[in-house]
Amino acid sequence: MSPSTPGGNGTLVRLRDVRKTYRREAIEIPVLSGINLDVAEGEFLALMGPSGSGKSTLLNLIAGIDRPTGGEVWVAGESIGTLPQGRLAAWRARHVGFIFQLYNLIPVLTAYQNVELPLLLTRLTGSERRDRVHLALKLVGLEPRARHFPRQLSGGEEQRVAIARAIVADPTLLVADEPTGDLDAANAGEILTLLQRLNQEMGKTILMVTHDPHAAARAHTTLHLDKGLLTA
Amino acid sequence: MKFLRYVLAHLWRSKRRTFLTVSSIALALFLFCTLRTVMTSFDASIRASDDTRLVVRHAASLVFPLPLAYRERLTQMPGVTHVGYGNWFGGYYQDPKNQFAQFAVDAPTFFDVYPEVILPAEQRQAFLGERTACIAGRAACKKFGWKLGDVIPITGTIYPGEWRLTLRGVYAGRTEDVDENTVFFHWDYLNESLPDVRKNQVGIYWLRLASSKDAPAVSERVDALFENSPQPTKTETEKAFQAGFISMIGNVQLLLTILGSAIVFAIVLVTINTMMMAARERTGEIAVLKTLGFGDGLILRLVGAEAMILSLAGGILGCGIAWLLFRRVDFTAGGFFPNFRVLPETVALGLLLAVLMGLLSGLVPAVSASRLRIASALRKVA
Amino acid sequence: MARIPIVYNLRHLGARRVSTALTALGIALVAWVFIFTLALAGGFEAALKTSGSPDNAIAVRSGSTGELTSIVSREAATVVESQPEVARSPDGMPLATAELLVVWNLPRKSGTTTNVVVRGVGPKSPALRPKIRLVAGRMFRPGLDEIVVGRMVSERFRNAAVGDHLKLSGRDWAVVGVFDAGGTSYDSEIWGDVELFMPVFDRPVFQSVTVRLDDRSHFEALKRRLEADPRLTVQVRREDEFYAAQSGMLARLLRSLGLFVTLVMALGAVFGALNTMYAAVGARTKEIGTLRAIGFGRGAVLLSVLVESTLLALLGGAIGCLLALPVRTFTTGTMSFATFSELAFRFQVTPGMLGAGLAFAAAMGLIGGFFPARKAASLPIVEALREA
Repeated sequence: MSPSTPGGNGTLVRLRDVRKTYRREAIEIPVLSGINLDVAEGEFLALMGPSGSGKSTLLNLIAGIDRPTGGEVWVAGESIGTLPQGRLAAWRARHVGFIFQLYNLIPVLTAYQNVELPLLLTRLTGSERRDRVHLALKLVGLEPRARHFPRQLSGGEEQRVAIARAIVADPTLLVADEPTGDLDAANAGEILTLLQRLNQEMGKTILMVTHDPHAAARAHTTLHLDKGLLTA
Repeated sequence: MKFLRYVLAHLWRSKRRTFLTVSSIALALFLFCTLRTVMTSFDASIRASDDTRLVVRHAASLVFPLPLAYRERLTQMPGVTHVGYGNWFGGYYQDPKNQFAQFAVDAPTFFDVYPEVILPAEQRQAFLGERTACIAGRAACKKFGWKLGDVIPITGTIYPGEWRLTLRGVYAGRTEDVDENTVFFHWDYLNESLPDVRKNQVGIYWLRLASSKDAPAVSERVDALFENSPQPTKTETEKAFQAGFISMIGNVQLLLTILGSAIVFAIVLVTINTMMMAARERTGEIAVLKTLGFGDGLILRLVGAEAMILSLAGGILGCGIAWLLFRRVDFTAGGFFPNFRVLPETVALGLLLAVLMGLLSGLVPAVSASRLRIASALRKVA
Repeated sequence: MARIPIVYNLRHLGARRVSTALTALGIALVAWVFIFTLALAGGFEAALKTSGSPDNAIAVRSGSTGELTSIVSREAATVVESQPEVARSPDGMPLATAELLVVWNLPRKSGTTTNVVVRGVGPKSPALRPKIRLVAGRMFRPGLDEIVVGRMVSERFRNAAVGDHLKLSGRDWAVVGVFDAGGTSYDSEIWGDVELFMPVFDRPVFQSVTVRLDDRSHFEALKRRLEADPRLTVQVRREDEFYAAQSGMLARLLRSLGLFVTLVMALGAVFGALNTMYAAVGARTKEIGTLRAIGFGRGAVLLSVLVESTLLALLGGAIGCLLALPVRTFTTGTMSFATFSELAFRFQVTPGMLGAGLAFAAAMGLIGGFFPARKAASLPIVEALREA
């Protein structure tokens, strides 16, 4: 299933015969049963499927926060399925930006400090970090709210801060797990527009898991996952 | 009590928290029992005192001796059935750090004056018949490994030199409060070995009375008798005498009370914190219970019961360990506490304290749980 | 290794104010008890340790463990005082004194009675103890029924102020002065003319002879000669060691009791801290998962939790130190087992003790944070993110 690649340069993500099985007590539950996937650079891909189909699991494997039980996961030229934990963490910091359904902002930090977090993992100086944080916040239109705490922001604003956090370190890949799942239609629309802009204007490769067909429509390509297997 | 299983199951589910909380309460109460036992051990000697026994000493202090000549007149005092006397020897065995009491006592009258020192008849005869003999308490013999017939060398500090005494008797105390760490030997043996200038000087006299009611009258009479002599006396019941010693040790009671209070207070704070944190985690659960129909009062009692069970468990554990430990282990702190035992009332007090801690620490979480507004709680969780 | 910023921890501590306060207060109390017992034992030891000077040597009867059980005859005293190692005072006389020690039962201001050390001193005695200075009244005149009392005696006992009269051995003595001995055991003593005390207390001999060494290093020579002299039966010790040895057992007992209490209490507090940190970590599982997803490593998470619990504990330690400062003003009295009389002393709070209190608190924080930190760091990311 290789989707067409509008404007991309090469293959960013490659999965070969990827399998994931969960063990619960003594029972083994297969979630992914042999996934093959190529994602080109610059692509905006939506993953859809019924609940329990494993779409979030697939996303987690590509993002490096989970390991496959079998098969190979190549992202940005590295086989991340076998990297040791420490190197994997560093890899994530460099290559992946996360956007979660429930935003996952740290409530005791301001918007600015939340966005700054990934930059702390780099060797940038204080002023360099400051520039980038402001840039990211400006991009999502929330620069004036930099000093506000998450509890002072609306759901839509929180998600935008989360997106700013996801892009601030200029990662290779953006992964979004149900980014509009907790938002009303208007806010959802804004978020999706933002994602499209990031993809079209800045060439960001985006992998999005969603159950909302309207959201999937905004992406280039939609893949369906059912009972652990990909279908077009 | 049908809810008891629910409460217990809940405590069992968060095993680690339950264990930690019970342990810290147990530790606090163990400390409490230990400290209180330090206080009550000081009083042990008072408890062991006999009401029918008076102590006569030099009015100024124990440091000054009384003449042996006083014995005659003391024996003739009405109300007095026996007169004994002795000198505190103040020596040590092998190592100056081995502190225990030794007394040179008038052998013929000793057992009449001190009936709580119990000795088998043949050992008593052996002791009485031999000038250089001595008797020692069970605890002392166990501690130093002495056996009947051993020659025990005691190094004197007040009466210098090495004194070799043959162990002819091992005594037991009539009650648990009687000190079994003392060595008694013949006063005559001590006296005849002294230079003339130090002969015939007695440390204290013991007077056995026909009735304890005579104590005040006899005390007054004895002191009046010797008031104007070069060695005036001070006569008091043995209880008062021991109490005087204790009061010299000073503010021990106050210090120990301060320590004990600080400890209990600290642990109460810590426990309240734990209960509150636990309650916060269960907001959702409690909201659900309320939607099922559990009333505010019931919720209050359930949360309160949890706190109480934890505290009682900790109390029983802490007091129990203190009780058992000091029964098995001989903790004398170098002879300082001849009888370090936890009294039943200390345990009772400790358990009461545990109950109080349970009430205090459970109060705030229980009340706030009972007051929980269902809707807002469910919203927070969803 | 990249670090999670400390402001994260600080804000969390501030966000759960009540819990932070309770835990900090609990640790503060443990630190307080720790410092309290150190101050008690320290004060007691200091009173005795500093009572003697390394420049003085004291001779008592060999075999005696203290002055009370010692006897030194007049002839023996003369021999000791005439040794070449004894310094001379400006008037040409040996800087030495033979003293008498008895114990007398007196009523405290609180009503209970206890023994007080009564020391018969010679004319050179004050010179031998330079720490002593008169703070009220004047020195007693030899040959008269006059006495001076130490500061603790005048504070704690009845009829012991300048102008009062104390009854000792059937005679009335006028209290003509109060002296300050700088926190040493002399503060708990009553001093009078030794030549007058001897007949009054019916003690025709001295208890000790104290001399000033002309040079500290000459002590050994003096000791050897005197102890080998067949006319005398004395042992010679350096004065500071002599007094330090007296505190031995009681100070050890106080220390060990205090240490025992503190350790057990600290264990209880550590359990409490463990509970607190486990709960804190438990409530923040999703946050920790997010941080790990972003790319913070396990080590960063571990360190962050440790830092938080240690900060919390240090806060408690600082509060405990603050609360412990007033302890300096406490005085208490206990029985010196060398003289069977009261030794009153001031609690001593040194910077070292405060530092020890803080270190102790920090240790509690580290131990209390370690296991929760390990747990937080080892959470699998996906599970952590799934937490509510």
